[in-house]
Amino acid sequence: MTAPASGKRQRSPGEKAIRLIVLAIAALLLFAPFLFQDIRSLEVAARLCVFIVLVASYDLLIGYTGIVSFAHTMFFGFGAYGVAIALRQWGAGWDAVIGGSLAGVVVSLAVAVVIGLLSLRVKAIFFAMITLAAASVVLVLASQLSGLTGGEDGITFRTPALFKTATKLLVDENNKVVQLFGVKLNGKLAAYYFVFLSCLVLFILMLRLVGSPLGTVLKSIRENEARAEAIGYRVVAYRTFVFCAAAVVASLAGSIYAIWLKYTGPDTTLSFAIMIDILLMVVIGGMGTLWGAAIGAVLLVTAQYYLRDLMGVAAEATANLPLIPDILDPDRWLFWLGIIFILLVYFFPAGIAGSIMRPRAPRRACE
Amino acid sequence: MSLLSISAMRTSIGQYAILHDITLEVPEGGVFVLLGRNGAGKTTTLRSIMGLWRPSPGSIRLRGQDITGLHTADIARKGIAYVPENMGIFGGRTVAENMVLATRKGQFDATRLKRVHSLFPALEQFWTKQAWSLSGGQKQMLSVARAIIEPRDLILIDEPTKGLAPAIVDAMAEAFREIAETTTILLVEQNFNFARSLGRDMAVIEDGRIAHAGRMDAFAADTGLQDRLLGLS
Amino acid sequence: MDKLVNTIERLGGVNLLPVALAAVAFVLIGAPSSWVTLTVAGLAMGMMIFLMASGLSLVFGLMNVLNFGHSAFVSFGAFVAASVLAGLSGWLSGDSIMLGALALFLAVAAAMLFGLVAGWFFETVIIRPVYEDHLRQILITMGALIVAEQIILAVWGGTPMSVPRPGFLEGALIIGDVAIETYRIFAFVLGLAVYIALYAVLNGTRIGLLIRAGVESREMVEALGFRIDRLFIGVFMLGSALAAMGGAMWAGYVTLISPALGGEIMIIVFIVVIIGGLGSIEGTLLGAIMVGLVGNYVGFLAPKLALASNMILMMAILMWRPSGLRPAIK
Repeated sequence: MTAPASGKRQRSPGEKAIRLIVLAIAALLLFAPFLFQDIRSLEVAARLCVFIVLVASYDLLIGYTGIVSFAHTMFFGFGAYGVAIALRQWGAGWDAVIGGSLAGVVVSLAVAVVIGLLSLRVKAIFFAMITLAAASVVLVLASQLSGLTGGEDGITFRTPALFKTATKLLVDENNKVVQLFGVKLNGKLAAYYFVFLSCLVLFILMLRLVGSPLGTVLKSIRENEARAEAIGYRVVAYRTFVFCAAAVVASLAGSIYAIWLKYTGPDTTLSFAIMIDILLMVVIGGMGTLWGAAIGAVLLVTAQYYLRDLMGVAAEATANLPLIPDILDPDRWLFWLGIIFILLVYFFPAGIAGSIMRPRAPRRACE
Repeated sequence: MSLLSISAMRTSIGQYAILHDITLEVPEGGVFVLLGRNGAGKTTTLRSIMGLWRPSPGSIRLRGQDITGLHTADIARKGIAYVPENMGIFGGRTVAENMVLATRKGQFDATRLKRVHSLFPALEQFWTKQAWSLSGGQKQMLSVARAIIEPRDLILIDEPTKGLAPAIVDAMAEAFREIAETTTILLVEQNFNFARSLGRDMAVIEDGRIAHAGRMDAFAADTGLQDRLLGLS
Repeated sequence: MDKLVNTIERLGGVNLLPVALAAVAFVLIGAPSSWVTLTVAGLAMGMMIFLMASGLSLVFGLMNVLNFGHSAFVSFGAFVAASVLAGLSGWLSGDSIMLGALALFLAVAAAMLFGLVAGWFFETVIIRPVYEDHLRQILITMGALIVAEQIILAVWGGTPMSVPRPGFLEGALIIGDVAIETYRIFAFVLGLAVYIALYAVLNGTRIGLLIRAGVESREMVEALGFRIDRLFIGVFMLGSALAAMGGAMWAGYVTLISPALGGEIMIIVFIVVIIGGLGSIEGTLLGAIMVGLVGNYVGFLAPKLALASNMILMMAILMWRPSGLRPAIK
């Protein structure tokens, strides 16, 4: 029998290692402003926080119920646009931040319920197609309804005064901003910790969710749907619930990201490229663990910066050969990622976290 | 030599082991009945023979020839026909098309077709109707008819009387008796009276293992054994 | 009420939907000449979408394989055909109908040949290892789509490519005050011809019978002694070739193609397949015609709603018939 979630279970060394890695990531992100003192690194750190939550919420869906949605960026976008529109209409106050986030959550919930009830009931395979279609329609609408969404240009807006770079959190006797280990205690720092803490809270909430009895039910549905149904679990209801939960978290992550960027547009929230990033992150990190989401997000975001540099060098080195420099062009990095992705799904479907946690998992018999 | 001999067959579906150790000798000719409670593994045994589940380890031999691990289609070509529990009718196709699909070359052997029509007159009557419009009994007849339109060594039939009216069950028993004169039938059946009236040899599956095997008349006489193996526990 | 339902069923049931749609549009549009133009455009578009979607539907019906990479065949078809046409532009610009037609034929044939080969590769290398595992199937075919799009970008570059078309397909047919583009008639006729050929194969041949039976129950066809998996690779290759052919036709229709083409088409193809019901080409044709007509009518009546209209159409039909208009299995 499985031990109760709250009880102390014996953890395998692999599982401990994964937890240590994620803890190290959390520590790095916590001290990021002090460890990497340039603006670019702080941007990367904030992006990482948001994407860890976004990918983890997607993992809730794909890893714990086995259904594939292509509408996750849509919910991410609802949250981002909610905050953006509210802040632009009502001015840079906290009421707009909260109201906008809530509006995003409500819209996400409503759309998730409709899609869930409509397509989860019919055929699981429809779900992937329908979410893809829905997401693409929202993307088109966002660029067409420019009065509301700013069209292709998106919306630039101001956030509450606390998050302005010019805001001084602490001043010394000369009315200059206090520095701690060489870091200015200004609004930018406050904004970063707002992002970090809210993402931390969301991530912990999701960990609690999968550790709860509900998580156990989800796992049994994932393992054997027919059996779970036979035992009496209402599979459709659970799936719709998880879909909604994932949508809400994604929406909140979108709101947080919008506040950090002070900008919302199709390319930062809704684009299909982000959806593919999320998919790659969750598969590379390892589905069904939440920890893997964190690892996948860190790896991919870093790769986006460094793999491209490497490819640029390689492309120059092979400049005289036909086609090869084209394939090695830094713009073609998705080509290589796609190939790595396919190989991973073939040979390590459990991803990094899954492969480390269960080093000798039995291969499926039906292959 | 037995027509079909299964030794130490073990089948798992996903992570659940359904069959633990099936060892069975089916002699040539007549009806061999496989009995057992719900969920004992009777259907899984038939599906494993047919290659629809992959057993491992263990071996399945037809006339001494190893057919373990062959593709379902190749097993069918070796001379085994399958009448599944849900009958496997192509509802969107006509009765004629269903029958054509069961022929190897797409053409009927006139004598065999005649035999099918005399065994199941209803099929001739509804020859051009779409199969979904047939009654349950007629669908079952169609499924059996498909299994005998080509010469076969062995027909696997899974619970043919399920949900059928008594009159149709009697007709079915008559047809099976006639078929069994030329072709061996391995029959999975819950209806013990039906099974007793047809079977020569029999075996009982319990929990994925053969719990008893022997002659049907001996088993039918031993009510204690019946109660222990088939009664409500 | 029952009588009405019966009459509608006898006249063709759901097959009448496009007719009803066209009638409603006629009232809303008002101007007959615009209506004819839009209807022809919708039918032509529907036929091209049918070419692209038919393979996806059959492949799903037969092996329960959902190929998210299907639109890559459409893109490749478009670009291969465009390259052939560009290479033979000398034949197109001349007055000779023969040379123009030959160039067009070669372009479409090259696209289809590419589709056949790519389909074979795709089926054996990408999809075969993940039969029966939908999650990994979706992920892997999606990965393949990403790679395919990148290959297109690497080979043809990111800038839109203009597609020359033969002179005899330029221009329009003018009847009264109605102008009908020649290319649209051509697309419609070609699509119809492919549909009739497919229908004849599926309904009139033994292989077709096996395919249709396999869509209903693959297991049972195998238990009767036929290797569906060997049949499947043929169907997959044919479906890919048809998708490439649809892409080639589409390239000539829009005359300016970009690598984003596949992504846009994919959504429409999915909607068509869902509306029509997976696994039946009759359903796919019906869905494609509906989507083509709705797209053109709404594009005229309320341009902003054009893309959302397909989505709304899909939702409405799914609520009415959860398995699509004409699913393969009763």
